[in-house]
Amino acid sequence: MIRFILGKLAYVIPTFFGITLVAFGFVRVLPGDPVLLLAGERGLTAERYAMLLHQLGFDRPLWQQYLDYLWKLAHGDLGISLVTKKPVLTEFFALFPATVELGLCAIILATAIGIPLGVMAALKRGTMFDQITMGAALIGYSMPIFWWGLLLIIFFSGILGWTPVSGRISLMFYFDRVTGFMTIDALLSGQKGAFASALQHLILPSIVLATILMAVIARQSRSAMLEVLGEDYVRTARAKGMRPFRVVAVHALRNAMIPVITTIGLQVGTLMAGAILTETIFSWPGIGKAMVDSIGRRDYPAVQGGLLLIAGIVMVVNLAVDLLYGLINPRIRHGGGQ
Amino acid sequence: MSDIHPIREFWLYFRENRGAVLGLYVFMALIALAILAPLIAPHDPTAQARDALLVPPFWQEGGRIDYLLGTDAIGRDILSRLLYGARFSLFIGVVVVTIALTGGVIVGLWAGFYGGWVDSVIMRIMDVILAFPSLLLALVLVAILGPGLLNAMIAIALVLQPHFARLTRAAVMAEKNREYVMAARVAGASKTRLMFRTILPNCLGPLIVQATLSFSNAILDAAALGFLGMGAQPPTPEWGTMLAEAREFILRAWWVVTLPGLAILITVLAINLMGDGLRDAFDPKMKRS
Repeated sequence: MIRFILGKLAYVIPTFFGITLVAFGFVRVLPGDPVLLLAGERGLTAERYAMLLHQLGFDRPLWQQYLDYLWKLAHGDLGISLVTKKPVLTEFFALFPATVELGLCAIILATAIGIPLGVMAALKRGTMFDQITMGAALIGYSMPIFWWGLLLIIFFSGILGWTPVSGRISLMFYFDRVTGFMTIDALLSGQKGAFASALQHLILPSIVLATILMAVIARQSRSAMLEVLGEDYVRTARAKGMRPFRVVAVHALRNAMIPVITTIGLQVGTLMAGAILTETIFSWPGIGKAMVDSIGRRDYPAVQGGLLLIAGIVMVVNLAVDLLYGLINPRIRHGGGQ
Repeated sequence: MSDIHPIREFWLYFRENRGAVLGLYVFMALIALAILAPLIAPHDPTAQARDALLVPPFWQEGGRIDYLLGTDAIGRDILSRLLYGARFSLFIGVVVVTIALTGGVIVGLWAGFYGGWVDSVIMRIMDVILAFPSLLLALVLVAILGPGLLNAMIAIALVLQPHFARLTRAAVMAEKNREYVMAARVAGASKTRLMFRTILPNCLGPLIVQATLSFSNAILDAAALGFLGMGAQPPTPEWGTMLAEAREFILRAWWVVTLPGLAILITVLAINLMGDGLRDAFDPKMKRS
């Protein structure tokens, strides 16, 4: 087991340093003077420029700059945002819960709908139900989600007036942030209607973000289920005269779900890309929208920090999924070390 | 069975998948529309008609027959813009897939064929690229290169390229110790010949499937970049850019928002249908003898 974990780490550590190199290199390959870009000031005097040059370390050799960058990184110093003048790390973690709340809600939605649909499609293979479900899944998989979000706004907010168009909660409510998750904070505040309002704001963005993941899960659940249904132990269970429901629920489903759960974990990167678009459409104050805004405002320290943190988080989640997969599936742990 | 030409055999399998055939027809129709756009488009895609702002499609009240699918906020004909937009989307797909495929195959062949540290370095670089969410990396690359369609295509190609490299490498590793490769090596084939003429043709199946997937991904990502203002710039009739321009009218004029997105969806769906069919046709497990 320890060898398995070490083996995985041996792959992840070079990748992590690669990520830091990309973030470090990013501001240095931008067109224009990096000092001016990172200072974000206009009309610098020669002295001020020389001071900033030294302060930002651009007068030192490149390898030394990189080591400095890593040193600061190890101490949680990711620079200061040009727009808000606050540390990038603080800014990131102030916005992060909004993205996590949206992402978790999307994962729950996608799983709760995607898995049953995929399993049912496999059990009713070749029927109308199977064809419609898989057709819908392919449409979901092909969906330009930024357009899908606009359509949902037209229908649910514009025509039906059921949901608000943007934001996380109605302006009527104000309470202290405890967890950063608006729905939970609303419940904790005890204000009447606050939770319902938070949920109303959350539902459309979650549907949009869940769409592609749901399609992927439904397709994968179907094929995993079909594979398992052909296995000997399922045939044995059937031959023993076990009730069909029990065969599916106890024997087939449990084994079919292992690859599906892994897929969900490995989709975190895709989900983050989706969050960029979803948050932009719904003005959801999370990391994805912040990245787009920062790029638009040329707030390069914020972009640099966000790039590193997002890739780092995605990497850690993928590693965790890999390790968990090894934990539940000994075949991977022993055979698939490669 | 053995005297059937491989392409014919492939078609026999592909034809069985009705969805894939439908996708193929739609895709061919899109190519035809894109090529014929200058001939069949009723208006210039960037011409602004002052007397026809936000005209609805012809079947709706207030619609006009000379603007079949209506006009946008500055009086440009939506149908003409959509037709020209097909040119951009298909062009983006072709360019991106060509760059990503060529780069990925060369890098993957190298890594798989030489192994050792060459392989390690190349594959770690690919891991780093894959560690970033694709759209985020593309956004940042465009921030470096500057917004625009060409830069967006380069960025997307770079992001999609590792998938080809990984596939090629895996296929080469599986093939390189097979007897026919040994035979070619003993017969004195050069390394380049071994890589490109002997091994590569036997890895084509998965690469073609990946190319189809990348084609639809490229169209989606380019539209997303256009939507975020980082891809093709107005007044280019690119579908994502059209959507970005239409955003403020979503509650007033449904057609300026609905139609460009529908065009993206239909195109991507057709390609993905074809991709599913290709995958099944290439997958030996699916073939019945």
